[in-house]
Amino acid sequence: MAQQQTQQAAAVPDDGAGNGPGPGGYRPRSARNAGRARAGIVRTIVLVVGELLLTAGVILLLFVAWELWWTNVEADAKQSQAVQGFAKSLAGPVAPVAPANPAAPPNYGKPVVAQAPEHGGMIGIMYIPRFGPDYSRPIIEGTGSDILDTLGLGHYGTTSMPGAPGNFAVAGHRQTHGAVLDNIHLLVPGDKIYVQTKDGYYTYVFRNNQIVLPSRTDVLLPVPTQPGATPTESYLTMTSCNPRFGSEERIIAYSTLESWQPASAGPPQDIAKQVAQTRGKS
Amino acid sequence: MYGWIFRHLPGPLWVRILTSVALVACALVLMVQFLFPWMSQFTTLTDSTIGSAQQP
Repeated sequence: MAQQQTQQAAAVPDDGAGNGPGPGGYRPRSARNAGRARAGIVRTIVLVVGELLLTAGVILLLFVAWELWWTNVEADAKQSQAVQGFAKSLAGPVAPVAPANPAAPPNYGKPVVAQAPEHGGMIGIMYIPRFGPDYSRPIIEGTGSDILDTLGLGHYGTTSMPGAPGNFAVAGHRQTHGAVLDNIHLLVPGDKIYVQTKDGYYTYVFRNNQIVLPSRTDVLLPVPTQPGATPTESYLTMTSCNPRFGSEERIIAYSTLESWQPASAGPPQDIAKQVAQTRGKS
Repeated sequence: MYGWIFRHLPGPLWVRILTSVALVACALVLMVQFLFPWMSQFTTLTDSTIGSAQQP
């Protein structure tokens, strides 16, 4: 636009005496100026629209970066804070306690089943060694976006608590907001999944996964996908998006409870180092 | 548009450069705080729950 103005300003001296109404040539010159002014307006509009479109493109790219990267940074910080806060409130040894009689494996009886907390309350911590030696995520009551978008794994309020016969079902994001279940497809049958609550440690063993449509609520049944069946086992069902960068389907990972030990027995050997680390951190 | 804004900022060149950097930073903060969280409801990446079991 400045260029335009200087061009027009420069054009004035060329006009010379023809600046006022003069004989001949006046009207054609005015028409020429009007044409130039119109071209200037069109040029300005095109420039502004172009700049706005470029801006929209940059904003969309920034949004992608925010969604796929920054939400993870934020959620990771909040989740490790939640894990550490919860760990500090726990009692019991942080190292495995050797059983009194090493010959016979200790029998801790039936697993303790805790009361489900209020929406937003913390149930416990999940450790999945397959996802890395540092993987520990909070398990929070509820599956609304207020929980999944910041605090990680959300417990479906309609399902059982850990240790109870039936289905302990949790949801977590595959991407964005901590991407807590990003590697869910890497679980191998036999992998251990540990749930630590204030009562103790529940060891689940991964059995299989399944890819279903989002409407398949039967995966949350007490015996997953078997309506009417009475559960004799404790299941852990994890749900997440599928494919990794989409949400057309859901990937479901089923695990069954293998063993339980109270907090007084200390953590299972597999996660002992991590439990101690979490507790020790301020 | 941006050229026009830059030319109409007050002060010498270095002040105008600093002002524009501050303006861009403000725009970024506003986007991260308000625009992007609002936009994310239109992406489907964050649907990880099963059907009607979604809790409020």
